[in-house]
Amino acid sequence: MTHCPDYSYLANVLLRRAGIVLAEKKTHMIETRLMPVVRRFGFRDIPSLLKELHYGHEALVQAVIEAMTTNDSAFFRDRKTFDEFRDIVLPALKEARSDTKQLKIWCTACAAGQEPYSIAMLLDDAKLADEGWSITLVATDINSQMIARAQEGVYSQFEVQRGLPIRRLVSNFTQEGANWRISDHLRRMVTFRTFNLLDSYGWLPDCDVVFCRNVLMYFDLKTRASVLERIGDILMPDGALLVGPAESMDSYILGYVLADSAPGLFYKSRPAPARRLSLVK
Amino acid sequence: MKTCLVVDDSRVIRKVACKILADLSFETMEAENGAEALMACRRKMPDVILLDGQLPQMSGIDFLKSLRSETKGNHPVVLICTTENDPTDLSEAIIAGADEYILKPFDRELIAAKLAEVGLV
Ligand SMILES: C[S@@+](CC[C@H](N)C(=O)[O-])C[C@H]1O[C@@H](n2cnc3c(N)ncnc32)[C@H](O)[C@@H]1O
Repeated sequence: MTHCPDYSYLANVLLRRAGIVLAEKKTHMIETRLMPVVRRFGFRDIPSLLKELHYGHEALVQAVIEAMTTNDSAFFRDRKTFDEFRDIVLPALKEARSDTKQLKIWCTACAAGQEPYSIAMLLDDAKLADEGWSITLVATDINSQMIARAQEGVYSQFEVQRGLPIRRLVSNFTQEGANWRISDHLRRMVTFRTFNLLDSYGWLPDCDVVFCRNVLMYFDLKTRASVLERIGDILMPDGALLVGPAESMDSYILGYVLADSAPGLFYKSRPAPARRLSLVK
Repeated sequence: MKTCLVVDDSRVIRKVACKILADLSFETMEAENGAEALMACRRKMPDVILLDGQLPQMSGIDFLKSLRSETKGNHPVVLICTTENDPTDLSEAIIAGADEYILKPFDRELIAAKLAEVGLV
């Protein structure tokens, strides 16, 4: 029997570098996730990898962080949120932005792209481009392998069947053997980028809508608050924030107000910060 | 109580599906091939059919075409079941009148989700 490696430094790195809290009891999960990194970097075992981690070699740190992220997602996951986006958020913004005809949407933790592509499908349904709208849909994730997958836009049958109605599947994807490839049209609507939510949001545009779903729950409270605050800084005064259903009741959603009878949909409750005010005028 | 006809040549799959459907408060019927399924429908039209794409003799899609030629509108709702390597063409299935698809192996959660998508649970 080998004794359990000390994961305290790993927990420290994850928290410091990605805001992620490592659940202490999930040692089996940690092992399963780290083994591919052990093999890829040619380590003997997990303890040798953990030892090397102390030297802070960037490629290794990034690989470990990526391996430790939970990337499950699905098209139209938590359908209600997408209904709210289509029925409440989008009509209000269409009216509010009718002069500029510009919409900027950020999907903060997009995993393999299911969430931004679901948004793209709804935008496509709304035929905004035909009416001369210019839409920026940025999708980011800390995991570069997920971003590469999202850019590729190829999904297994298993991945498409949950949440994707048959008509959408057939009209927006082409079958490649047992897999399904998203149409070029939808792929071109999304700009993907590897990005850590702990880093500066300076490169992002002022957003009309931010999707931040099923990622805050992995963070410690301080990180949640900081991420939400900084999203607030780049969110337009009348912009909307959409979080996951499990996250919507939490008290840490400070600085936002919950939309009436729309779980997971928030608006800003505080005045826009100075940077925004000067731009919005 | 809503009724569901499970059409599959595998007895095990029919049993698993019927158990899940019964738990979801459906009355279930079984058929092992397309001809039997057509007969079952003529006797008593179900609300929904769980249809395997690859049946012996008559394919799922051929069964669907015959069924739709005998019935009007979208009744019954048809969920076509395929496997990863099944050549069943989903576009063809839609044209023939399938309402949704399910990839096997299925579980309770997936069947419930698909039935919810077509408004049956
Ligand atoms: C469970 S997935 C959620 C995907 C999608 N938003 C959804 O709701 O289906 C969580 C994602 O958050 C990403 N993530 C975790 N920590 C992050 C961080 N610090 N910055 C950016 N993305 C992060 C993970 O890589 C993972 O893909």
